[in-house]
Amino acid sequence: MNPYLSLRNVGKTYPTPKGSAVIVEDFNLSLRQGEFVCLIGHSGCGKSTVLSMVAGLNPLSSGEMILAGKKIEGPGPDRGVVFQAPCLLPWMTALGNVQLGVDQIYPQSTRNQRREIAAKFLTLVGLGDAVHQKPPELSVGMRQRVGLARAFALDPRLLLLDEPFGMLDSLTRFELQQVLIDLWNENQKTALMVTHDVDEALFLADRIVMMTNGPAARVGDILEVSFPRPRGREEVMAHPDYYRLREYLIEFLEEHAYPQQTPPPGSAKPQADAASYHAMVEHARVPVGND
Amino acid sequence: MKNFRFKFDWVVLPAIGLALVLAIWSASSETWAGKLPSPGQTWDKSKLYITEPFAHRGVQDQGIVRFTLYSLILVAKGYALALLLGVPLGFCLGLSDFFTRTFDPIFQILRPVSPLAWLPLGLVLFHKNEPAAIFTIAICAMWPTVLNTAVGVRSIPQDYLNVARVLSLSRTRTLFSVLLPAALPYMFTGFRLSLGIAWLVIVAAEMLTGIPGVGNFLYQEYNSGIFEHILLCIITIGIVGFAMDRIMSIVENNLKRVFA
Ligand SMILES: Nc1ncnc2c1ncn2[C@@H]1O[C@H](COP(=O)(O)OP(=O)(O)O)[C@@H](O)[C@H]1O
Ligand SMILES: [Mg+2]
Repeated sequence: MNPYLSLRNVGKTYPTPKGSAVIVEDFNLSLRQGEFVCLIGHSGCGKSTVLSMVAGLNPLSSGEMILAGKKIEGPGPDRGVVFQAPCLLPWMTALGNVQLGVDQIYPQSTRNQRREIAAKFLTLVGLGDAVHQKPPELSVGMRQRVGLARAFALDPRLLLLDEPFGMLDSLTRFELQQVLIDLWNENQKTALMVTHDVDEALFLADRIVMMTNGPAARVGDILEVSFPRPRGREEVMAHPDYYRLREYLIEFLEEHAYPQQTPPPGSAKPQADAASYHAMVEHARVPVGND
Repeated sequence: MKNFRFKFDWVVLPAIGLALVLAIWSASSETWAGKLPSPGQTWDKSKLYITEPFAHRGVQDQGIVRFTLYSLILVAKGYALALLLGVPLGFCLGLSDFFTRTFDPIFQILRPVSPLAWLPLGLVLFHKNEPAAIFTIAICAMWPTVLNTAVGVRSIPQDYLNVARVLSLSRTRTLFSVLLPAALPYMFTGFRLSLGIAWLVIVAAEMLTGIPGVGNFLYQEYNSGIFEHILLCIITIGIVGFAMDRIMSIVENNLKRVFA
């Protein structure tokens, strides 16, 4: 069977004052239609770079990408993108933000029909009562719900999510993971999601792709996650394989921990990541030790 | 207590300032500036123009509000032209480095040229007073709009542009749904500053062309030796300019709340 999305020998090189920096090299990955794949790896390894190339926002330096039999050239509404920051236009209502995309893909529908589609997706993400509110009036969690609604309302071939819940507190993150998985259960879009959170990846993904550290990052390992769907958080965590898979991921990250290269100047992110990574490891150790 | 503090800051202190200025003015007119009318004389000679603000007793003799309205109408025309020219120019500067490199040096040279210099050129180009005045107001007043629009367009967050690209919005849709609203708060700062300049230019434009209005009235009364009316005009011009600036900044702040 032909893969639905395939990245073939994809590479990205940035010119820098000190010569060219190879960020990603020989990146190969295939997704089946309807598959949910999570991409994990250390901060700065190039996850967002890969995702933005698939989104068409960032040109490839080498290789090619095929989506549904067609080469990807530039951005388009056949890919719904959810950014880490919700990226809503603050002068438009939640409805207006979702409708902006809907207008693009259903130009032949009436205004009312498009409005209804937008409203339907806002209701699906639990914002049926807030359609006329503007982003500044919404909490960060609610804004990201609008971001999810906007992406799904495009009825895209592919969903691209770049750490969409990274800036949420853990309670809101759980809620939104549930919203995402509910939306996905309703209409199984092929999805590629970047995350830091091992538990999130295990809860959502069919496969988890682990990236090696940069420079010249590539696919290091791939983990199949075959928990039955539809999944509930408790069932997943109670599954006999859960901690084995989790340990596997953490070991991969640990092996590739603390990249040899120094973090780029002026970037505070790697430190924050190191901290959250430690938290992850601590967290993982407790139940494993109980075995 | 808070209420008292408020009254002190906003009523008592400004009243003290006003009283001081009036005192210096009176003292000056009685001592070293013999020709300067005192505040009392100024009020006596100006009363009629204030109490009958819309009177029309002759071309050179009309109520002060009527004169002011003439000036405001002329300013509105020049200002409208300034925005019509300034916004597209600002967008071109903000969107294209090529355009910026080509035209920015010229803009920088034209920007500091005084209205007194533009007006004769306007008369040469358009032969008539009013178009020349409108041209002068527009060309002097448009620069803050041009520059602030350019800054506004350049500082549109990449996130918003990415949204437009990911959704493949058309050029016009991107312009009206993303670029224009995102740049609007900056643009409005430009609009406010441009209006201030347009109002500054009006006096010079009216003096040189003889178009009736508050600036022309001022100059006329100088020639007729009625110096009280010079002061009346100065105060009027100041109050009107202040009021316009206040109104514009209220609108500006509201826009910033909605669009930022
Ligand atoms: N425009 C650019 N020019 C040069 N280097 C860049 C540019 N954008 C990103 N990088 C570098 O590419 C690397 C990968 O970045 P990114 O894809 O954002 O990582 P991740 O999302 O995995 O944290 C980082 O080291 C970053 O400094
Ligand atoms: Mg990233």
